[in-house]
Amino acid sequence: MKATINFKLLVACFCMLFFLFSCKDGTKTETMTSQAEKAESGKVEKKGQAFITDDESTPNVLNIAVGSPDHTTLVAAVQAADLENALVNAGPLMVFAPTNAAFDALPPGTVEDLLKPENKNALANILKHHVTPGKYSKDFLKKFKKLGQANNQNTTVEVKGDDVYVGGAKIVASIPAGNGIVHVVDKVILPPADE
Amino acid sequence: MRKFTYPMLILFGLAMVFNSCGDQKKGNSGALTSNAAEKVYVAPGEHDEFYAFISGGFSGQLSVYGLPSGRLFKVIPVFSQDAEKAWGYNEETKPMLNTSHGFIPWDDSHHPDISQTNGELDGRYVFINGNNTPRIAKVDLSVFETTEIIEIPNSAGNHSSAFVTENTEYVVAGTRFSVPVPQRDMPISEYKGNFKGALTFISVDPEDGGMDIKFQLMMPGFDYDLSHPGRGKSHGWFFFTTYNSEEASTLLEVNASQNDKDFIAAVNWKMIEEYINNGGGTKMPSNYAHNVYDEETHTATSTMKKEVLVINPTDVPGAVFFLPTPKSPHGCDVDPTGEYIVGNGKLSADLTVHSFTKMLEAIEGKKYDGDAYGIPILKFEDVLAGTVSQPGLGPLHTEFDGQGNAYTTFFISSEVVKWRLGTWEVVDRQPCFYSVGHLMIPGGNSRKPFGKYVVAMNKITKDRYLPTGPEVTQSAQLYDISGEKMELLLDFPTVGEPHYAAGIAADIVKARSKKIFDLKSNKHKYGITSDADVRVERNGKEVHIYMSMIRSHFNPDNIEGIKLGDKVYFHVTNLEQDYDVPHGVSIIGANTSELLIMPGQTETFVWEPKQPGVWPFYCTDFCSALHQEMQGYVRVSPANSNIDLSWSLGE
Repeated sequence: MKATINFKLLVACFCMLFFLFSCKDGTKTETMTSQAEKAESGKVEKKGQAFITDDESTPNVLNIAVGSPDHTTLVAAVQAADLENALVNAGPLMVFAPTNAAFDALPPGTVEDLLKPENKNALANILKHHVTPGKYSKDFLKKFKKLGQANNQNTTVEVKGDDVYVGGAKIVASIPAGNGIVHVVDKVILPPADE
Repeated sequence: MRKFTYPMLILFGLAMVFNSCGDQKKGNSGALTSNAAEKVYVAPGEHDEFYAFISGGFSGQLSVYGLPSGRLFKVIPVFSQDAEKAWGYNEETKPMLNTSHGFIPWDDSHHPDISQTNGELDGRYVFINGNNTPRIAKVDLSVFETTEIIEIPNSAGNHSSAFVTENTEYVVAGTRFSVPVPQRDMPISEYKGNFKGALTFISVDPEDGGMDIKFQLMMPGFDYDLSHPGRGKSHGWFFFTTYNSEEASTLLEVNASQNDKDFIAAVNWKMIEEYINNGGGTKMPSNYAHNVYDEETHTATSTMKKEVLVINPTDVPGAVFFLPTPKSPHGCDVDPTGEYIVGNGKLSADLTVHSFTKMLEAIEGKKYDGDAYGIPILKFEDVLAGTVSQPGLGPLHTEFDGQGNAYTTFFISSEVVKWRLGTWEVVDRQPCFYSVGHLMIPGGNSRKPFGKYVVAMNKITKDRYLPTGPEVTQSAQLYDISGEKMELLLDFPTVGEPHYAAGIAADIVKARSKKIFDLKSNKHKYGITSDADVRVERNGKEVHIYMSMIRSHFNPDNIEGIKLGDKVYFHVTNLEQDYDVPHGVSIIGANTSELLIMPGQTETFVWEPKQPGVWPFYCTDFCSALHQEMQGYVRVSPANSNIDLSWSLGE
C-alpha cells in the first residue's frame, strides 16, 4: 500500500515537473522565434494596407495581379520582395505586369535565383522598374518618350503602329485599377545597366 | 478517502501549473505592451513633456496635443469660423477673417512653425499659413489664440510657408501657384514667362511680434513647394523647393514631371535686406488685409494695405541661385548645423543632400550651369553633399534629432526611415499605418532639436480605428527615437488633415500661459468693469446692451422695450477674475454662435428678433452649481409699440 502511495506521489511529482518544464520551454521557444521573426523584418506577420479585407472598393493594382492566373510568378515575386504595401498605396501607380510566359522566357534559373532571400534587393529593384508613379492609358502613353520608374531609372516608350512598347515590352492588355492601372506586358523589363 | 486524495493532489498540482503558466504568459505579453504603454502613459493630473501643434489642414485650424500621451487639449481657431469659441461669429473676431476678397470664413491651414531666438525655440508664437486665400496667422502662446493675420498679395496657394528664421526676423511665405503679377485678365496659355512666383518675407517685430511685409521676391513662374531657413553657418539664407520648372498650366501630373531635375532656390535674404535698406526695390500698388486682435480691447481691426515692396532677383546679383534637385522635390529641410539641405524628391527613390559650404564655393568660383530667367544655376555635382540611395519610395519630408540622424517620411512605401548625416547610410525603417505625409521631431526646425520622439502624420487610416462610415479619421503615430531603432508607441486620431506639426518642450511654454484677462485693463469699446456700468442704450434701430455675467446671473436679466426691426447687440463682459470660470451666452433665434467668454473678457453677438414675445437667454457653459439658474428674458414688442426701454436684475 505504501509503495503504491509513493508511486502515485512520484507520478504526481513527475507530472508537475513535466508541465513546469514544458511550460517554460514553450515560453522560451516562443520568445526566441518571435525575436527571430522580428529580425527577419516582420517576415511572418505581414502588416499594412495590403492585408485589409475590403470587398467594396474597386480592385487595386495588387488585387488585379493576385486575381490573374497569368501573373502567379509576378505575384510570388512581389511577395518575396515585400512590396505588397507599396502597391496598394493611394498612388496613382502604373504597373507593367509581365505574364508568367514573360518570366518563363528569361534564361533558365533566373526567376528561381531572384526569389532567393539573399537577392531580395535585386528583385525589388527589377520589380520597381515595372512601376511608374502616374496613371496613363495606353493611348496617352504614346505622348511619352520615356518614363521615370520607381527604382529611380528611366525606361523607354516606343510606338510601333498601334502598339506601345515600354522598355521593349509590348502592352498586350490594360486593366484600370482603383489606385492606378495595370498594363499587361509580354516581356520582363530589365533595368538598364548603364545608369 | 485516500484514493481520492492523491488524484486530487495531482489535479491541484496540474491546475497550479496551468494557472501559473497562464499567468506567466499573460505577464510576458503584458510586459511587452506595457513597455510602450508606460512610455506614453501620463498619469491623471500629470503633465505631458511636450506640446505638439498639429495643423488641421482642411479644417483651417491648429490643434494642440500633449506628447507622449497624444491627448488633445485645444483646437485653436485660426482661418475657419468656429461656433464653439465664436471665432469669426462674434463682432470682435469677424475682422480677423477679412481679406481683399471680403470675409473668408475658411482656409486650409498647413505648416505651423514656432518662433525662435538664437536658433532655439522660444515658445512665444506659432505661425501658420492659410493655403487657399493666402494668409499667415500668428498664434500667441500666452493665450493660445490667433492674434494676427496678414494676407499675402501676388500669391496663390500659399504653401512654402510659414517658416521662421533663427531670430524670428522673418516669417516666410512662398507661393505654390504662380500667377500674373499684378493679377489681370490674360490667356492661361500665356503662362510661361509671364506668371510670377512671389516669395514673401514678413518681418516680425521683436517687441510685440507685429507682422509686416518687408519685401516680395518676384521669382520665375515655378511652383514653390516648401522651404526652410538656413541656420548657424547658413543663417541669412532661405531655401525653397520648386517643382513645375516646366511652367505647365495643365495636366501637371504629366507636364510637371518632364524635367529630371527641378530646383532648390537659395535666397540670401540678408543681402536683399541690405539692398532694400539702401533704397532698393520697387513699391507696387497692392491691396491686402492686415488683421490684428488687441488683447486689451478684446477686439480685432482690419486694415487694407495698399503697397508692397517688390524685388526683382536679377537686380540683386549674388542673392539668388538655383540648386538642381531631382525630381519634383517636396520637403526642403536644413539640418541643425545649417550645413545640409535635404531635397525630398517625391518622384525620386533617392534623397538628395546639398552642402551649404560647397554651395558657397561654387558661387565663389562662379561655376554656373546656365541660368533660368537670369538666375544662375549651380552645377548639381558641385553642390551635392551626398545621396541616400534608395531608402524608400516617395520621400516627402526630413527632420533631425540633433544627434546626427535624419528621419524621412516616404509616402508610397509608407514608412519612416532613419539615416545618418554624412555617411548617408540607412540605420532603421519603421512602417506607418498608412501613407505618411509629414513628420515632426520637437524642435526639428531649429539648431537644437529636443529629439526623443517623432510624430508621423498619416493620410490614410482605413482599418486602424473603429470605422465611422466612408470618412475615417486621419492619424498621428508616435515613435520613440531615443534608441538606435525606432519604436512605435502610439496611434492617435487628429483633427482634419494633419499636414505638418511643430513641437516644443512644455516647460518653455506653460509658464507663460495666462490664467485670466485683467478686468481693469479691459478697454473694449462696450466693455464694463463693474455692475455700476450695466445699461441698455438705443441708437435708432440699434440697441446696445452693456451686460455683465458672474456666478450665477446676467446683469441685466430682464429687458423690455425691444421692438421688431431692432438690431440688438449683446456686449457681454465676464466679471469673473478666477482661473477657468468662463461663461457662455446665447438667445433663442440668434443666427450666430454662442459666445464663450473668458474671465475679464468682453464679447458681442447680434440678435435680430423676428417675432414678438418674451424670449429667454441663458449661460451655455456649465459654470457653477447655479448654472441652470443663470438665465434671463428679453421682451420683444411690435415695431409700433410704445413700451420704453427698461432693464433690471432682481426687481
